[in-house]
Amino acid sequence: MTMLSVAGVHTFYGNIEALRGVDIEVGEGEIVTLIGANGAGKSTLLMTICGNPAAARGQIAFAGENITAMPTFEIVRRGIAQSPEGRRIFPRMSVLENLQMGATTAPPEHFGADLEQAFTLFPILKARKDQRAGTLSGGEQQMLAIARALMSRPRLLLLDEPSLGLAPLVVRQIFDTLKRINAEQGMTIFLVEQNAYHALKLAHRGYVMVNGRITLSGSGADLLAMPEVRAAYLEGGH
Amino acid sequence: MRTSSGNAIGVNSGFDFLAALKEAGMAAGVALALSFTIIGMRTTGQQGGLGVEFRWNAVAIAVVLVFIGRFLLVLWRQRAKPLASADRDRMMDRVGAMVQHWSKYLGAALFAGAVAIPLIWSDNRYVVDVSTLVLTYIMLGWGLNIVVGLAGLLDLGYVAFYAVGAYSYALIALHFGWSFWICLPLAGILAASFGVLLGFPVLRLRGDYLAIVTLGFGEIIRIILLNWYSFTKGPDGLSGIPRPSFFGLEFTRSPDDGVTAFHEFFNIEYSSVHRVIFLYYIILALALLTNFFTLRIRKLPVGRAWEALREDEIACRSLGINPTNTKLTAFAIGAMFAGFAGSFFATRQGFISPESFNFGESAVILAIVVLGGMGSQVGVVLAAVVLIGGTELFRELALYRMLAFGILMVAIMVWRPRGLLAHREPTLLLGSATERTGGDR
Ligand SMILES: Nc1ncnc2c1ncn2[C@@H]1O[C@H](COP(=O)(O)OP(=O)(O)OP(=O)(O)O)[C@@H](O)[C@H]1O
Ligand SMILES: [Mg+2]
Repeated sequence: MTMLSVAGVHTFYGNIEALRGVDIEVGEGEIVTLIGANGAGKSTLLMTICGNPAAARGQIAFAGENITAMPTFEIVRRGIAQSPEGRRIFPRMSVLENLQMGATTAPPEHFGADLEQAFTLFPILKARKDQRAGTLSGGEQQMLAIARALMSRPRLLLLDEPSLGLAPLVVRQIFDTLKRINAEQGMTIFLVEQNAYHALKLAHRGYVMVNGRITLSGSGADLLAMPEVRAAYLEGGH
Repeated sequence: MRTSSGNAIGVNSGFDFLAALKEAGMAAGVALALSFTIIGMRTTGQQGGLGVEFRWNAVAIAVVLVFIGRFLLVLWRQRAKPLASADRDRMMDRVGAMVQHWSKYLGAALFAGAVAIPLIWSDNRYVVDVSTLVLTYIMLGWGLNIVVGLAGLLDLGYVAFYAVGAYSYALIALHFGWSFWICLPLAGILAASFGVLLGFPVLRLRGDYLAIVTLGFGEIIRIILLNWYSFTKGPDGLSGIPRPSFFGLEFTRSPDDGVTAFHEFFNIEYSSVHRVIFLYYIILALALLTNFFTLRIRKLPVGRAWEALREDEIACRSLGINPTNTKLTAFAIGAMFAGFAGSFFATRQGFISPESFNFGESAVILAIVVLGGMGSQVGVVLAAVVLIGGTELFRELALYRMLAFGILMVAIMVWRPRGLLAHREPTLLLGSATERTGGDR
């Protein structure tokens, strides 16, 4: 089943056309990644899926339902969770409170079990549970952002550059966790990444975005093998 | 040449007089520029129009005072090892954390003190009156704290809801003769509806824009009250507002037929202080209600959503929070408590007019919240006691009251820019600790 389908979506910031007709499909249980240069429009696509900014043209459907014109909170309540660019945790609130905010749309009776699961995935968060989130290290904040997104029991998880600014070991750890969430819970994940090598290794399929358009797509392994992908996104990195 | 001599003196005595003189001269220049018109000229009513009276000696005094003051201040600063502002902040943070830690006991102590005041000073009406006033502002501060401190919505027109509460009670009581205890919730509901009415269109605005619109709304309400003569009696105000009864017992020397007076029922000598004390306990109860409500709601999803919204609205949206509704509840609930306080004000004064609800009131309430440390319940109490009690104490020195008020504000801004108690404890703790009161008190 198609979990998310984005068809011919255009998004504008004022006069700037950040997305120029984007088509993407994410199937249920898949990990799909989107790679591209700085300013290609990757974050904009994730934000547009969540309705802020709304798509000017085109259609976005989630589990068969048209969500193009819905306000963000309505979209999120249908089962999409986002760990946005820059993490956007609540710095003055404790780790635990952040996780509780993540559970806003989830049924309260699941809170205890979900919390336990989040702590199993990211044990460091348990040790830090009463600490102010703003004082966590960058990697811990990233884990918190992902855990917070998971607390809403989403059917689709959108992640914007979870590896940004993290040490290779932590990146590996986070990607392993994502793989585990996908394998164990069947969570559908749509992942935006600069770290193309790791992302394409992890993902079942991938898309490449250039200037607000999708230029390439294919399985993770295929994309990794393509010379143009290697030239543009992998040289030097790996 | 000049600097070297300055340095020489500086090395010998530990003072750099030249620098101090320079700074003092600069300050005196600013003082001259400011006081030239503000102090130096004064309009006087003369026959056939306005005249200007010049007071150059006053200007001279002001300039000299500023010069000397600045000079001494600079010298003192050179000598005194300045406590680095970071150290100071850390110290105050520790104080804040300590207050939070002891807040349970502090709260209990404050509560006991508040209950005891009218018993201790039962023959001193002045003390009870001032305490009632302070408590009114504490309640208003706590109410506004929900809007500004928790939800982070800068509301400069809070007094409008205070006014709506006061006029609601006064008008309902005067026209229908309903008792205070029925009107009180009605006034709260009416004020809350006004909150929703205002909030709905404006809560899309952010920060400064919201502040300006709420400021305007506060003025609009006041001007309507002033001009809708047939309904509100305009500038004449409403008088003869009924007083509350104690479970049907009136506080009068000679009650109407069929009504029992308080002193008759309890078989005690009539005293006008009884009512004053009774009113004191009403506002104490109302204020505590506001406090407990805030402490409770901070732990509920909606209260936490307010705080989250203040931190990051975009993140909140992507967590499925409807920002408009969430802000609207904060606005309405804050307004409701202002409405309660307003009806109390009306019943206590027995007379209200638009004069009581000008922008200055909003500013004072906001100052209490901000200076107390946004979101801190104890901070509001401290700030209200200092600002309202303090200015009340200085009433004898009527002229210098506002000066003291201003100095106090500046001092807090300099020493404690984030407010007296700006320490936040998590409201959610795991396991057995969940029962611990986490919130500020
Ligand atoms: N709020 C905004 N207002 C105006 N222009 C914007 C805004 N946000 C993004 N843009 C522009 O839209 C384009 C796409 O930005 P976007 O953030 O989607 O890029 P990205 O692919 O996520 O880049 P990066 O890898 O650096 O995060 C950029 O040219 C950017 O300048
Ligand atoms: Mg981006």
